[in-house]
Amino acid sequence: MPESAGLLDATELPRLFDALRERGYTVVGPTVRDGAIMLAELGSAAELPYGWGVVTGAGRYRLHRRSDTAAFANSAGPQSIKDILHPPRARLWSADRTADGVTTTGPDRPPRYAVIGARPCDLAAMAVLDRVLSAGAYPEPIYTARRDGVFVVAVDCTEPAATCFCTSMGGGPAATGGFDLAMTELADADGHRFVVRAGSPAGAEVLSALCVRAAGPRAESEARAAVAAAADAITRSMPDESLPDLLTGARESPHWADVADRCLTCGNCTMVCPTCFCTTTEDVADLTGEHAERWRRWDSCFDLDFSYVHGGSVRRSGESRYRQWMSHKLGNWQAQFGSSGCVGCGRCIAWCPAGIDITEEAAALSAWRRSERAQPCPP
Amino acid sequence: MTTPTLAVWKFASCDGCQLSLLDCEDELLEVAGRLRIARFLEATRQVLPGPYDVSLVEGSITTPDDAERIRKIREMSGTLVTIGACATAGGIQALRNHADVTEFASMIYPRPDYLSTLATSTPIAAHVDVDYELHGCPVDRRQLLEVIGALLAGRKPNIPAHSVCFECKQRHNVCVVVAHGTPCLGPVTRAGCGALCPAVGRGCYGCFGPAETPNTAAEAALLIGAGMSADDVHRAYRTFNSAAWEEAGS
Ligand code: SF4
Ligand code: SF4
Ligand code: SF4
Ligand code: SF4
Repeated sequence: MPESAGLLDATELPRLFDALRERGYTVVGPTVRDGAIMLAELGSAAELPYGWGVVTGAGRYRLHRRSDTAAFANSAGPQSIKDILHPPRARLWSADRTADGVTTTGPDRPPRYAVIGARPCDLAAMAVLDRVLSAGAYPEPIYTARRDGVFVVAVDCTEPAATCFCTSMGGGPAATGGFDLAMTELADADGHRFVVRAGSPAGAEVLSALCVRAAGPRAESEARAAVAAAADAITRSMPDESLPDLLTGARESPHWADVADRCLTCGNCTMVCPTCFCTTTEDVADLTGEHAERWRRWDSCFDLDFSYVHGGSVRRSGESRYRQWMSHKLGNWQAQFGSSGCVGCGRCIAWCPAGIDITEEAAALSAWRRSERAQPCPP
Repeated sequence: MTTPTLAVWKFASCDGCQLSLLDCEDELLEVAGRLRIARFLEATRQVLPGPYDVSLVEGSITTPDDAERIRKIREMSGTLVTIGACATAGGIQALRNHADVTEFASMIYPRPDYLSTLATSTPIAAHVDVDYELHGCPVDRRQLLEVIGALLAGRKPNIPAHSVCFECKQRHNVCVVVAHGTPCLGPVTRAGCGALCPAVGRGCYGCFGPAETPNTAAEAALLIGAGMSADDVHRAYRTFNSAAWEEAGS
């Protein structure tokens, strides 16, 4: 798809919303709620987080007012595109008893979502989820149906958070694919506007319904500079070595016990991670026994029941559960799905109530391994 | 098939958990249609004789009489389900376990010698076998209906033992710890309430008792980091489920 850069004035965003709705999409995007930027169905572009910025750290997230009106000059909140495409709870089927047996229906047909403001790490996560949930002989029906119908309006990151490290996971603050439209936001003396490009025929068709001017070399170079500055502003990183080898080699490290002292096994990291896909199912029935439903909900390897087999749970200690999460994300995911399970979004760092930082834990494991290798003889 | 019978029992408690059953307004008629309510004094004076298929037991054991009565109830009951913090963990009255109950009694009652009370308040499971436990102060009505529905259908009830945070994130609450700096016991507390308090911007205060493997020491350090005093942290762990938190190492 050729990318022809256009310029969209911020005052044109309501038209974008209308155009998406006219095409049958339910518009979802970021909005401020309860002190965070959350995803919600948006009634209008006015609900976008205009003028809000975010400061994050390990176990910390705070909104602040910006001096400009930028709507996307902030980093991702606790939710990601996973929340839309692979929702926390979904009904797989429902069954009713009838005179001659049982009838079943489901899963429900999802609305077609247009996701406004998807981040490059969301796009990377979506590509990961595509491989996990949609590729192969048995595509997962709920994700696949939502994914097939989705329209993605990506936004390049111009203000990454202190917790971001996408650049060290093969990504970066620029959207490079997997979108229908992508925009770079500019809010300066020349006004509040977006340099916009289409990534699909559907995107180009929506653009044709909007008032788009030619961006011109100046706006284009400003947009490029803003994204390049964002890449430079990212300071966190993963150790520069093969992470699968690191995780395999650090299996017996005493460092896991150190993490386990701090880890609450609360599961927040897996819930906010845009690629963690694990689920469990629950059957519910009404009291009459005439109507039953099977629901699927997110599960997590931090749950004791997650590793339950006959006789008990396999991963009982906090150590073994943290090790599972990190080894799967950074290590065995490669062999299983052909990529890393981590896109470097930093959500697990910011939204861990204990402030446990996956990059710091990886660095500590790496240091331990180097010190082990340096020992001439076993102690 | 005969209609299964349900009995509701009360020990040392505030009646709030039984009230959760009455509070199932929309479903109560359905419950009454599928189960014969054989004994439920909060709802009706009529008492049908046992044995009972399902017994819901509220309250903790605080007197020698209680200790005797719960044995008889166990013998009369097919499935015994304890409901609430008192029945599952001794309740707020278990604070006596670390104090002198005779001293408390002398402060309250003009003639404490009329009382016959035990030195401790203990959960039902410390006295008899319990089939299912529903935690919370009070219990969650959805969980109560889930257990009743599951027993009627002959399936295992969904009563997760993981942290409140699971429900909190799945409900799309904003974490009050991370975004507001508000202390919250959710990471070490058993799910079941649907993350009610964080949904209204408050920290969880642990009324469902400890989750399956709570790291109470790490949580205490975080609470102190969020500005609570060591005394306040101790009190947070010593409210409705003090004995259970104590067992969990807090
Ligand atoms: S592991 Fe953490 S940083 Fe990596 S994708 Fe998941 S939430 Fe983001
Ligand atoms: S890290 Fe845990 S929750 Fe996430 S995908 Fe792997 S096993 Fe599932
Ligand atoms: S690493 Fe943090 S978010 Fe994840 S389970 Fe441990 S304490 Fe919870
Ligand atoms: S608000 Fe409390 S219960 Fe909710 S995720 Fe944060 S720590 Fe967990």
